[in-house]
Amino acid sequence: MSDALLSATGVTKRYAGIVALQGVSLQVHAGEFAAVIGPNGAGKSTLFDCLTGVQRPDRGQVTFDGRPVDSLKPAARARAGMARTFQRIELFGGMTVLDHLIVADRARTRRGGLLADVLTGSHPSSEELDRCATVLELLGLEEWAERPAESLSLGKGRLVELARALVCEPKLLFLDEPSSGLDRHETDEMGHALQRVQREHGIAILLIEHDVPLVQRLAERISVLDYGELIASGPTEEVLSNQKVRVAYLGGST
Amino acid sequence: MQLLEYAIRGIPTGCVFALLAVGLVLTYKTSGVFNLAYAGQAYVSAIVYYELRKELEWPLVAAGVVSILVVAPLIGLLLERVLFRYLRSAGSMAKLVTSLGLLIAIPEIAKLVFGSETRKNPPPLWWVRRTDEWLWPEGATFVLDAGQVATIVSTLVVVVGLVILFRSTNLGLRMRAVVESPRLAELSGVDSERVSMAAWMLSSVLAGLAGVLIAPLFASLNPFDLFTLLVAALAATVFGGLSSIPLTFVGGILLGVLQAVLAGTLPTDSVLTNGLRPSLPFVVLFLLLLFRPGLRSTRELVDPLATVDAPPPPPVVRARPQWVATSARVFGVVVSLVALLVSWFALDQYWLGLAISGLVLSVTMMSLIVVVGMGGMLSLCQAALAAIGAFALAQVVEASGAPVVVGLVVGILVAAAVGALLAVPVVRLDGVYLALATLAFALMFQSIFVPLSWVSGGAVPISVPRPVIGPLDLSDDRYFLVFVVVCVIATALVVIRLREGTTGRFLQALQTSDVAAASIGIDGPRARVVAFTIAAGIAGFGGGLAAIDLGQASYEASFPYIIGLVWVALLVSAGARSIQAAVLSGLFFFLFPALLDKLFAFPGNWVETNPDAPSWVASIADTIQPTWAQSVAFILFGIGAITYAKHPEGSIEAQTTASVNALVRRVEARNAAREPARVGGPGTGGTTP
Repeated sequence: MSDALLSATGVTKRYAGIVALQGVSLQVHAGEFAAVIGPNGAGKSTLFDCLTGVQRPDRGQVTFDGRPVDSLKPAARARAGMARTFQRIELFGGMTVLDHLIVADRARTRRGGLLADVLTGSHPSSEELDRCATVLELLGLEEWAERPAESLSLGKGRLVELARALVCEPKLLFLDEPSSGLDRHETDEMGHALQRVQREHGIAILLIEHDVPLVQRLAERISVLDYGELIASGPTEEVLSNQKVRVAYLGGST
Repeated sequence: MQLLEYAIRGIPTGCVFALLAVGLVLTYKTSGVFNLAYAGQAYVSAIVYYELRKELEWPLVAAGVVSILVVAPLIGLLLERVLFRYLRSAGSMAKLVTSLGLLIAIPEIAKLVFGSETRKNPPPLWWVRRTDEWLWPEGATFVLDAGQVATIVSTLVVVVGLVILFRSTNLGLRMRAVVESPRLAELSGVDSERVSMAAWMLSSVLAGLAGVLIAPLFASLNPFDLFTLLVAALAATVFGGLSSIPLTFVGGILLGVLQAVLAGTLPTDSVLTNGLRPSLPFVVLFLLLLFRPGLRSTRELVDPLATVDAPPPPPVVRARPQWVATSARVFGVVVSLVALLVSWFALDQYWLGLAISGLVLSVTMMSLIVVVGMGGMLSLCQAALAAIGAFALAQVVEASGAPVVVGLVVGILVAAAVGALLAVPVVRLDGVYLALATLAFALMFQSIFVPLSWVSGGAVPISVPRPVIGPLDLSDDRYFLVFVVVCVIATALVVIRLREGTTGRFLQALQTSDVAAASIGIDGPRARVVAFTIAAGIAGFGGGLAAIDLGQASYEASFPYIIGLVWVALLVSAGARSIQAAVLSGLFFFLFPALLDKLFAFPGNWVETNPDAPSWVASIADTIQPTWAQSVAFILFGIGAITYAKHPEGSIEAQTTASVNALVRRVEARNAAREPARVGGPGTGGTTP
């Protein structure tokens, strides 16, 4: 498919004899909500790392937005329009929620360099604050804006990560188990936020998730990884009813 | 054949490198501490051996046992019990800074305890010094002397002992488990504290043995030679990837052999060789750090359980209310003005000079704010960069007769350029490795470049005149003071703007989460190179000012690497991100030893003016020497660095935060007490006035 936003072909990754990924191919189209599921150790996180550039695959190509990104580092891929959140939450120390967004916005606009800092002090401009406020509002984080991010609950912390990723105005958002460690209410909150992001802003989402009901509700298409291999891929309901998937992932016997 | 002879001559030195290196790896792997103070431990054992053997004329075995098997393990035990066991969960930076503090403090403590006289011709750990007939048959083409044979034999004994320890004893097994993962080991019932204690004692014994063995190679005992050895040992540990003991061992021997072969084969007359020979370990360490595969990606120690718990959160920032910020600023300005006026009118030449030197140093300290505090890179070469600024200034002014102020700018640019060149390879290294690489650079600079006349002007430092700006002749110290204050304020403004601006925000993001910063498109290496370069430029500025202050660009007087280490220890313990800390620690560095000097000189002077004082008072007064001042100051500076683990934000910053918080709480409490009375909340029952 040539119109895919993200396209991975034959991605293979080995660690000291263990095959983490074996020839995985995967597409995500613009504006679509896709998900990757699979049991623990199936290679989901490794796949993510290979797609976002944190790790180099041993074999296989990744193209994004019409051009190969294999030689690009994570930061360069981010600037090309990939944004992500982390399974183990990764917030910046000593910064408020708003600071997180301003940093992300600066990283995108490249505003303010050495000279600007020294001459003007690079205080947040009103446009920057506006952009950040929009994202805060979208995720319901307005009242937390001035709080140090470390003091927030895990659920709020995950929303801050999501907000930080959104400020980058990505074309594709990678979410690494956004519901892990959240209670039902927080998971619902996260699900709604993700739906709004995708529908209202047209940002494509690739989700790694354990929570099958959540995936079922959100994702249009899913791919299933098992022992590093893609065993099924297609529209959500179709794949979830696939016999092979039920055996591998849901532990179904018949 | 000739080559083989050189190679064999290198083996004994290589053995000593290997002993030190293995000891380093032991403590690094069992407690995560990269122990720079290790050279200090070796030094203490060497001194004890010297004193017992030469001054008290003990028999060799007794002296050896006491210095190597009693004193050394006690030091190791002490360090582990008193310090490092509390640092187990601290970050690698805290551990490194602590060992840096010890590196500074231990030799000075040894000087105070054992006296600071020169100890010539250290005694060997062997009965005979001369080549023995029975060792080498008549007509042998080359010989090792008995001491060298002793070194090889002792090393072999240690190796066999270690192999037995690790392969076939319970303790060894537990040590290997703790090395793999302290917490997993603990979960399976290993008392990792006791294992780490044992490792510290064992590694301290190795340090002691190495110190006593190598001492006779030097004309006199001094801590710097041992520190140089330690750097060679560092190269060996890096060769072993900081984990493999056999590889580390091989690395040590190889380095000794390489050094001997080069010493034998390179021509002796060229300037390059003369610089290269003593600095070979530094060069090797530097190159290994840059080119050894696998170092760049290893993130400190990988503990399989490390991801189970999140690391302890960094201290929560609390936004200070606006009125606090404003009043703090006003207070700061008032205090500075008063200090300036007092200096102008009340200080005599001596104290005014010290205050100026302190302020000048605070500029270099601010370069540390940028690289260490903001960039999170523990650079140990800011003194070298400052020296580069000073040399460039001096050379330009001398060669072209340009105004000194122009020279200052050239100094900044040259230092920044060198900093940028150094930064490009170095910023890719993680924590400890970056610190080691910058240390290796500082040492290379000292031994290879400083002696060159196109760098430093040769043996006699180039003199630098004080500039004349308009009607003001800065050779008057009071005008110079004002000039320096202006420079300090300008630098502070730049640093504050960078810290609060985009540069600082990006660096802060990178410091706390590299991956998250990359995920929003921040180019980490680039941001770090920029920070390193700016810091180098600021250091060059500080160095240039120091040269103007002193009247000459003298490496010996202003910039030895060990002084640079003290600066780092001082700033980091005061507050690596804080301007106040930079200024105060700069002043402190010069004023504190001077104050101590006056203090220690007081008893002696008092006795002189009171000749009829009782004799016991006089004898006490006589033992107190003004020469203690420098030692005591350095010991306190070193101990200051040790507090870093407790207050990573710095003691001055911690103090400020504490008092501001207390103030805010009091004000808030008072307001809260007033509020209900005046407004009357909805729940107060309608007692509204």
